[in-house]
Amino acid sequence: MGWRLAARLFSTATLVLLGACAGQGALSPPLRGTGDLGIVIERASGSVQVVDHTRRAMLGEVQGLGDLSHAHATYSRDGRYAYVFGRDGALTKVDLLERRIVRRIVQAGNSIGGSISQDGRLVVAQNYEPGGIKAFDSDTLEPVSEVPAEYAPGKFSKVVGLADLPGQKFAYALFDGGEIWVSDFSDPRHPVTQRYPAGHQPYDGLVSPDGRHYLAGLFGEDGIALLDLWQPERGVRKILSGYRRGEQKLPVYKMPHLRGWAIAGEYAYLPAVGHHEVLMVDTRTWREAGRIAVKGQPVFVMARPDGRQVWVNFAFPDNGWVQVIDTLAGKVVHTLAPGKAVLHLEFTPRGENVWISARDDDRVSVYDTASFARLAELPAKAPSGIFFTSRAARIGF
Amino acid sequence: MSRLLLMALLPFSATACAAAAASLEPAPARRAELVNMVRQDCGSCHGMRFKGGLGPPLLPDDLRGKPVDGLVLTVLDGRPGTAMAGWRPFMSEAEARWIVQKLMSGFPELEARGQGN
Repeated sequence: MGWRLAARLFSTATLVLLGACAGQGALSPPLRGTGDLGIVIERASGSVQVVDHTRRAMLGEVQGLGDLSHAHATYSRDGRYAYVFGRDGALTKVDLLERRIVRRIVQAGNSIGGSISQDGRLVVAQNYEPGGIKAFDSDTLEPVSEVPAEYAPGKFSKVVGLADLPGQKFAYALFDGGEIWVSDFSDPRHPVTQRYPAGHQPYDGLVSPDGRHYLAGLFGEDGIALLDLWQPERGVRKILSGYRRGEQKLPVYKMPHLRGWAIAGEYAYLPAVGHHEVLMVDTRTWREAGRIAVKGQPVFVMARPDGRQVWVNFAFPDNGWVQVIDTLAGKVVHTLAPGKAVLHLEFTPRGENVWISARDDDRVSVYDTASFARLAELPAKAPSGIFFTSRAARIGF
Repeated sequence: MSRLLLMALLPFSATACAAAAASLEPAPARRAELVNMVRQDCGSCHGMRFKGGLGPPLLPDDLRGKPVDGLVLTVLDGRPGTAMAGWRPFMSEAEARWIVQKLMSGFPELEARGQGN
């Protein structure tokens, strides 16, 4: 007892007071997790909205991200930072908690998206100009290494469909080169690349949620290139070849997009290029298992996380609609009109809600996926991509 | 005789030219639609700033010296063997020509939509 206890009490009180002062500091954001946060891209104004999908609210805007046409984002593994890839080749690291740009670099002339390594240390951008991929330190955005997509001497390809894989690897496809490449960044400064012939004009790619199968959709021919990454020495197998042989393909006013959300249960649901159909593929045999007629040419074909529903949006001029496929019934069970120019949708991590952006109505709508009721409408300037932090924990995002 | 005919026709051709120039600029509401379509929907392949993407760049420097008629036909009917689709169902030939000329000289910015957004 005595002065020693008194001193200890005093110092504890001081610490508490100091803590309280720090807590009230204007610069410290309130303590919170990031698991229910995300961003909405405002493509025409070079800004992103930070959103909270529990409260269904816009938390605030971050500006100054440049040309965000076809912008894409990937997340740090702690879900705090979004890495946003802009059309103008910029890579911007955004802090969702402080809602500010942490770092921004211009890494290429024309970029299309990116991904993060298994260990979270490397952010990799896929570029159209100069064609290839580039790896950056996810902390500092310092350049680490690059793989130019030189598929023939002096010929560089636009890169599409970049997906992270287990083992510090990345798979991607070469639109002009007609190949799938797999680069291993185990030694970050000296990536090792394997090449596989894929087919004519791969337009996008996806990796299955387990990281085993890489699929590249082909624009220049009917079919999909499939690479078993557990047995890559077996090479690419063409699936759904000539799925519409003899039938006239419609003009394609927007390229479809592929990502691991295509897989629901035992089936993959894939957009038929130039046709008003979703193709079903049995993932055990990789044979066609059916076709589902829809309202337009699919752009995003996204399974709800539980796989019971698949939601589809469409290319211009059918881009005012969204349709819902019941995977048990194998057909469209609901059609929604969320607004003009629906560009993207994103499910909450367990799928009870879906957020849908309507570019030309300047709004994002939130729907209940069970009742299809519209729960909220949030204003945003020409919104396109919606990216929730739950992507941070998924292979291939 | 031929000179007479020419002189007789001259006033007509002058008015015809003026009419063509006037009709080239779409009415304001349609103009806003076209600007939005070109920047946003063409922009999904060519970029909103026309710096290119899966499709080639469409900035004035990229288009300089290319025949206007050929570009108009590409807009309307697409280009076989590439991803370029024909947009004839969604615009008239005069509108396609206006788009090409604006791309070659510097394309208008998006117009602000209402609601304070």
